[in-house]
Amino acid sequence: MPTPLVVSEVFKSFTMHLRDGITLPVVSGVSFSVKKGECVVLGGPSGVGKSSILKMLYGNYAVDSGQILIEHQGHLVDLAHAAPRAVMEVRRDTLGYVSQFLRAVPRVSALDVVAEPLLARGVAQAEARERASDLLAKLNLPRELWQLPPATFSGGEQQRVNIARGFITDHAILLLDEPTASLDAVNRRVVVGMIAAKKAEGVALLGIFHDEEVRDAVADRILDVSAFSPRKAAA
Amino acid sequence: MTDTPLLKVNDVSKFYGSRIGCRNVSFELWPGEVLAIVGESGSGKTTLLSCLSTRLMPSSGIVEYHMRDGQYRDLARMGEAERRFLMRTDWGFVHQNPADGLRMTVSAGANVGERLMAVGDRHYGNIRATAADWLARVEIDEDRIDDQPRAFSGGMRQRLQIARNLVTSPRLVFMDEPTGGLDVSVQARLLDLVRGLVHDLGLSAIIVTHDLAVARLLSHRMMVMKDGLVIEQGLTDRVLDDPREPYTQLLVSSILQV
Amino acid sequence: MADLATYNFAYLDEQTKRMIRRAILKAISIPGYQVPFASREMPMPYGWGTGGVQVTAAILGPNDVLKVIDQGADDTTNAVSIRAFFQKVANVAVTTKTREATIIQTRHRIPEETLSAGQTLVYQVPIPEPLRFLEPRETETRKMHALEEYGLMHVKLYEDIARNGHIATTYAYPVKVEGRYVMDPSPTPKFDNPKMHRSEALQLFGAGREKRIYAVPPYTDVVSLDFEDHPFEIQHFDKPCALCGAEHVYLDEVVLDDKGGRMFVCSDTDHCEDRREHGHAGEMLARQEAAE
Repeated sequence: MPTPLVVSEVFKSFTMHLRDGITLPVVSGVSFSVKKGECVVLGGPSGVGKSSILKMLYGNYAVDSGQILIEHQGHLVDLAHAAPRAVMEVRRDTLGYVSQFLRAVPRVSALDVVAEPLLARGVAQAEARERASDLLAKLNLPRELWQLPPATFSGGEQQRVNIARGFITDHAILLLDEPTASLDAVNRRVVVGMIAAKKAEGVALLGIFHDEEVRDAVADRILDVSAFSPRKAAA
Repeated sequence: MTDTPLLKVNDVSKFYGSRIGCRNVSFELWPGEVLAIVGESGSGKTTLLSCLSTRLMPSSGIVEYHMRDGQYRDLARMGEAERRFLMRTDWGFVHQNPADGLRMTVSAGANVGERLMAVGDRHYGNIRATAADWLARVEIDEDRIDDQPRAFSGGMRQRLQIARNLVTSPRLVFMDEPTGGLDVSVQARLLDLVRGLVHDLGLSAIIVTHDLAVARLLSHRMMVMKDGLVIEQGLTDRVLDDPREPYTQLLVSSILQV
Repeated sequence: MADLATYNFAYLDEQTKRMIRRAILKAISIPGYQVPFASREMPMPYGWGTGGVQVTAAILGPNDVLKVIDQGADDTTNAVSIRAFFQKVANVAVTTKTREATIIQTRHRIPEETLSAGQTLVYQVPIPEPLRFLEPRETETRKMHALEEYGLMHVKLYEDIARNGHIATTYAYPVKVEGRYVMDPSPTPKFDNPKMHRSEALQLFGAGREKRIYAVPPYTDVVSLDFEDHPFEIQHFDKPCALCGAEHVYLDEVVLDDKGGRMFVCSDTDHCEDRREHGHAGEMLARQEAAE
């Protein structure tokens, strides 16, 4: 089975120059892969580096060493060493990310926030808005909010906008950072359904879910990040 | 995505006597890419911007631009006529102080129309219609078209300056602290506007700013400058979320949280 | 001739004349280009035509016949005193007849009668730079001329239309000379602009305070700037000249009394007199004759 995401021997530490240059190891020797149509959930206690792994995979954190191989348009790209332009391209076409919090842009309506990834890929505005509407309706976001900028929305409303934005494209790999954290049971079930649909389409998913019910519903496999703890490696 | 950079900067340095303006800067800017140059005052970011935009001659190094005809041209070897033509057609320059980039004593419509007239547009009705269209795009009421920018607020002036620059559909826009000196709410509106225009028009831009929030919102890529050197560069998200250099960490940790 | 001993012929010394002639030759070689020259102090204040007087002095010969007009008239103060000046310092023949003159120095008008080959029209120019009111920096305007960046000139015309609905510039209306330099034709009414185009006469422009000379050689294209949808137009007058009945000439308004009485008469006094001598009569003249 094709494997669009392969992580190999990734090490990551932070050097805190403002605190006398101390080095904080984050993870070491991270190696795993995610297959098409598979949903892998990162497990382990908080602070073990789950979020850091997602951020490295999306390019927000640099890595000290190792490889992050992404299958992008028929060839492999090592995101750990790719130029910014290549990272942008991979993000646009292959790698999606649903973060915990929405980075709200002033004055852009919820509908356009959701439609934006499609516009960036050249989809016509009318079609992009229609697909965005479908998703927001599916996630039960009140219709009267669609034309408003999400900055003033509640946490749950913002998160639904964020999820819609992440799910609107047909990215082959999707990273999910606690997408259901502030949702009620009804909407959690909607998201679980959407994840199942992505899996059926052959999307490779990697996520963090603290909610056990959701985790059990979506996970094909749980990857214990404690295994990559630098303290353990040192021991 | 095209495979040719719009701007190729190779080892550019600028010295003021024995003092360093900027040193050994190299990078490539790609079509549709927005690059933020950040650093505190005196870090050389404005000197670098001037060297790139031909407002200053670099002491050494080469800046090449990908012309519309597909050729790369060394900007320093270009004739002045051609360079000025490039600057008012294929390039834009947005100054921090709008008075530096506008004609304060001619109407908003003429400010926007000037570039069109400079390239030979001779139909008043068309020029005016285009100017009105651009004023609308930068959210200036059409009934202000005959007012002089002297009668405009700071935010409106800055938006007018942007319209004046974009009317000839440039491919590359330089911005020097475009939101400096504006109220925060006015800044937000301007940033959003610039972000939308850059996206809709597929512009490439080089933005000098000391405001990391501006860089985060507008840019894909960032260069951090200190003492004339580029000390760190990379994807904007990466530089801001995982700053590597001591100075960058200091900058990022100095952002006020609201 | 006794008076002449105190002055060199035509007031200026020969070295100065040579310097000015060199500037004139250069100006003729580059039609519409403003040539700097070392303008001298003249025995009259700036604004009274010191530039035009220096140009005239430099080209004047003993056999020339000089005509001087101010606003089209031969009998206004400025015209009379400059004419008297050259009579005194050069002892040249003077005339008010356009067709008899070899050199015509003018302020604000071009004679109605078409000038012919061999004649020279000398303009007095206050501000030679057409871009000056929009761009105050001389370094920048020079560069704009050099690089043929004339978008700004249309900005001025755009402003006119935006404010008034039409191009309201009625004098000092910018022209493009021989398809290259944009030139200020001095504060002549735009009515006279078409007369400059492919004129048989040599046209010289002198700005004393600003120290510039420029020229339009004979048979040179002089095109008034405009927009496609707002083409250049000259002024039109509702009535003919009240004295000579001439139409299609430039008219001045003359107030006759304090009860609102007024008439419009030829600004070119020579042209008007010439017509009257040939039996043309306007409304006012006919009324006077009837009263007598």
